[in-house]
Amino acid sequence: MKHEIRDEKDATIVALEGDVDLQSSPDARKVLLECVGRKRPVLVDLSAVGYIDSSGVASLVESLQTAKRSGNTLVLVAVSEGAMRVLQLARLDKVFTICDTVEDGLKQVQ
Amino acid sequence: MAEDKNTEQPAQGPDKAQDKAPGKVIEVDNLVTHYGEREILKGVTLDVRENEIMVIMGGSGSGKSTLLRHLMALEMHTSGTMKILGQDIEKLTAMEMFHLRKKLGVAFQSGALFSSMTVGENIMLPLYEHTDLDPTTREIMARMKLEVVSLAGFENLMPAELSGGMVKRAAFARAIIMDPKILFCDEPSAGLDPVVASALDDLILDMRAAMGMTIVVVTHELESAFKIADRLTILDKGHILMIGTVDEVRKSKNERVQNLLNRMPEDDTIDPDEYLGRLTGEEIGGDATL
Repeated sequence: MKHEIRDEKDATIVALEGDVDLQSSPDARKVLLECVGRKRPVLVDLSAVGYIDSSGVASLVESLQTAKRSGNTLVLVAVSEGAMRVLQLARLDKVFTICDTVEDGLKQVQ
Repeated sequence: MAEDKNTEQPAQGPDKAQDKAPGKVIEVDNLVTHYGEREILKGVTLDVRENEIMVIMGGSGSGKSTLLRHLMALEMHTSGTMKILGQDIEKLTAMEMFHLRKKLGVAFQSGALFSSMTVGENIMLPLYEHTDLDPTTREIMARMKLEVVSLAGFENLMPAELSGGMVKRAAFARAIIMDPKILFCDEPSAGLDPVVASALDDLILDMRAAMGMTIVVVTHELESAFKIADRLTILDKGHILMIGTVDEVRKSKNERVQNLLNRMPEDDTIDPDEYLGRLTGEEIGGDATL
């Protein structure tokens, strides 16, 4: 898994790429927790994620909770169909704010 | 597969799974197994395709539980070959087998939860065994799986405090905690009331859809089998009688398949010589003693 972090005017965008699984999710978790700790809204771009397993989703959940505790925001954008099914199965689609595109996500956090 | 005059192997049917030409995640060729000198599986050949729900059915003593244990790589066969996720299990080293097993989830008939551990600890057990994930990640994963099986908030209870249906669901949660490529379920509906059994069937279908798993289910519950199966394997006395879709099995003209579907007792006609041999122990080795 690779990741890219870029700062836009209103948010930090974390773009994950590849598979987020048992091997790579600890790295994803570290990156996400670092970003939500910056006290800026975080958009997690999942458009280039081929597969995300439960450990990856758990890292997203922990990051969301950490962000909320500190009054920050975390938004998921461009969630793939497969990842969405996993989120829906655990009813997490009701927990996360999910936007179709990065642009929509930026509008959401403005 | 051993030739059997009653065996039906339908030509490639029009089911959706075949249209997509999915890969085979389990390939069994002419599998023979013994317990002692008794031959249990007598040349079983079948494959299970990616993202398929394969239901294995058969009467008591048909060999279905034995077949399941072999598919789960828990027992070694006498002859034949078996590949799981493309790996010939006879050729795997202990370490390769360890890694393969991480990709397999098993929901045992009894639940097989450890009575001295909480539900949450039971569910996280494979994560402790196979991963170095952060404890917070493990706990969130366990709670997610409990949510999936409708046991949210039960993580701190002991197994003894759960009903039979809850134990089965907790066993499912543990079986899927590692997001297995293949999930094996042994009699998931056995002993459950129809409403709970139906909910478990829905859960199996949902997990396949959401997680892309291949699922192998052993059951003798016809209603459940017809609801969840893409294909069924019908076993009888260690032979495969038939492999086919629900529709193909329903329409089968094989008498023994129809007897199974109609819950007809097995024909009790006996071969006098074979029976005599069984009683005197000659059938299993001549001088066998009890």
